[in-house]
Amino acid sequence: MSERIRLSDIAHGRSGDKGNHANIAVISYTHAGYEWLRTFLTEESVAKYFAPMQPSRVERFEAPNVWGLNFVLHDVLAGGASRSLRIDTQGKTLALTLLQMEIDRPANLEEMIVMKEVLS
Amino acid sequence: MKTIRIGNGCGFWGDSVDAPIRLAQRGKLDYLTLEYLAELTMSILALQKQRDPAAGFAGDFLDVLQRLAPTLGQQPKLKIITNAGGMNPLACAQRAREILQKAGLARRIAIVSGDDLLPQLDELVPTHPFTNLDTGAALQSIRPRVVSANAYLGAKPIADALAQGADIVITGRVADASLTVGPAMHEFGWKWDDWDRLSAVSVAGHLIECGAQVCGGLWCRWREVGDWSDIGYPFVDLADDGTFTISSDAGPGVTRETLIEQLLYEVGDPARYLTPDVVADFTSVALEPADARTMHVAAARGTSATDTYKVSIAYRDGYMASGTLTIAGPDAVAKARLCGATLLKRIGHAFARSNVECLGAGACAPGLQPAADAARLAEVVLRVSVHDPDKTKVERFAKEFAPLVTSGPPGVTGYTTGRPQVREVFAYWPALIEKSVVQAKVEVLA
Repeated sequence: MSERIRLSDIAHGRSGDKGNHANIAVISYTHAGYEWLRTFLTEESVAKYFAPMQPSRVERFEAPNVWGLNFVLHDVLAGGASRSLRIDTQGKTLALTLLQMEIDRPANLEEMIVMKEVLS
Repeated sequence: MKTIRIGNGCGFWGDSVDAPIRLAQRGKLDYLTLEYLAELTMSILALQKQRDPAAGFAGDFLDVLQRLAPTLGQQPKLKIITNAGGMNPLACAQRAREILQKAGLARRIAIVSGDDLLPQLDELVPTHPFTNLDTGAALQSIRPRVVSANAYLGAKPIADALAQGADIVITGRVADASLTVGPAMHEFGWKWDDWDRLSAVSVAGHLIECGAQVCGGLWCRWREVGDWSDIGYPFVDLADDGTFTISSDAGPGVTRETLIEQLLYEVGDPARYLTPDVVADFTSVALEPADARTMHVAAARGTSATDTYKVSIAYRDGYMASGTLTIAGPDAVAKARLCGATLLKRIGHAFARSNVECLGAGACAPGLQPAADAARLAEVVLRVSVHDPDKTKVERFAKEFAPLVTSGPPGVTGYTTGRPQVREVFAYWPALIEKSVVQAKVEVLA
């Protein structure tokens, strides 16, 4: 029986816009977490998660030096900052939405979570 | 080794007007930067200048300068770099000079201009098509509706202004990071093809350009911020070798997490962050904590800048309005959807675009929240928005909210803020222009 956790258990993030595209950065707390992100948080899985918002394309960029992935979701902002009719014109909240993604509990979850006192 | 300290006290027009004062008082800065121009701010400023030749700049800067005057008196060496000039750096500088003179402060003010391409646009179009970077469309299709066209200038004119003895540099559109790169280039005299150092200081500029966002603002571990009322604003200590530390004047400071969240914020490809000054590789930087609230950043790598400037063009694109009502009680979402549909139907004409949202029921990420969760809500905010080329249609829409308070289902409230405001829409058209045809200008006020 596999237990489910949320992406936010192993990663944090931030999002914003570039024209009509959303930028979502996802950053793991540990190196083991980054290995998990690289393997499982793919362009395909992110595109599937955000499918109701109909991205025309999802690109993933890697920043291994900071254990980060940056996703660009094309054409999901309904016109972007100037002409979107949505409340979140700039995709500011989409990182939190992605971090709510449910994932299977990794076997080495302990290596992906950092206790508060260890944090710099 | 020589170091200089640059702090940013303003991340956008609308940011705290107290932050720059506190940062200047507490930060022991060499340079204070103040960033005011979002992508579409220039279109609003362009129209203000059309109506009044003495307008068209970020007025908040003058309030900040007024309140900064006593601090400037105590810190005669503190220099200010700001893009508050917007569409009218000269008028902004003249007003700034009046404020400083009244405060008895002698300061040399320089302005940087040349970013405004609108006067030469028709001359340029035959040879420079300003193709839309997102859609590939040619500018001709919207040319009659263009209200502003500004190139993002780089750090060179800012460094030049400082070399001419400026204490305050007021620019039009320059790249945000260049507000930090300019003083660094002036102070250290690095070569303009020293791509690694240009990259390092562009990273520094990128990190502080959004104000508190690098030092607690938006941080996922938000419970650890402590006193949000004085969150702190960021500064960097740049060293001659291209390394720097980054911290803040209050609040939680800069940690590995707050730094990385901002490093990757809105960057597209982090290995190729394009500025007018350099192509910076954010994946090269090495981070180390210096103390509990300070991070050290080293090893930035960069490659040669491109031969184009980014151009931000804004064009008229009709009218929009959004209004809200609060819907409470059982079946709140169903009632809100009914009210939204009813409102649009009662108007009797269609709009180019319209949208009905239930705030509280997952509107920020439409379609991702399960419908069953939304159905359980006992209170939501209905938000209806329309967009149309015809202003009278949008004005009619604005009058249709209040009637629902008496002629809708039970539980409709929250209509106390008056009719929704109709606003003109300026759409965004990103393009490129060869650097060789843009002439940045530096002028020191007599």
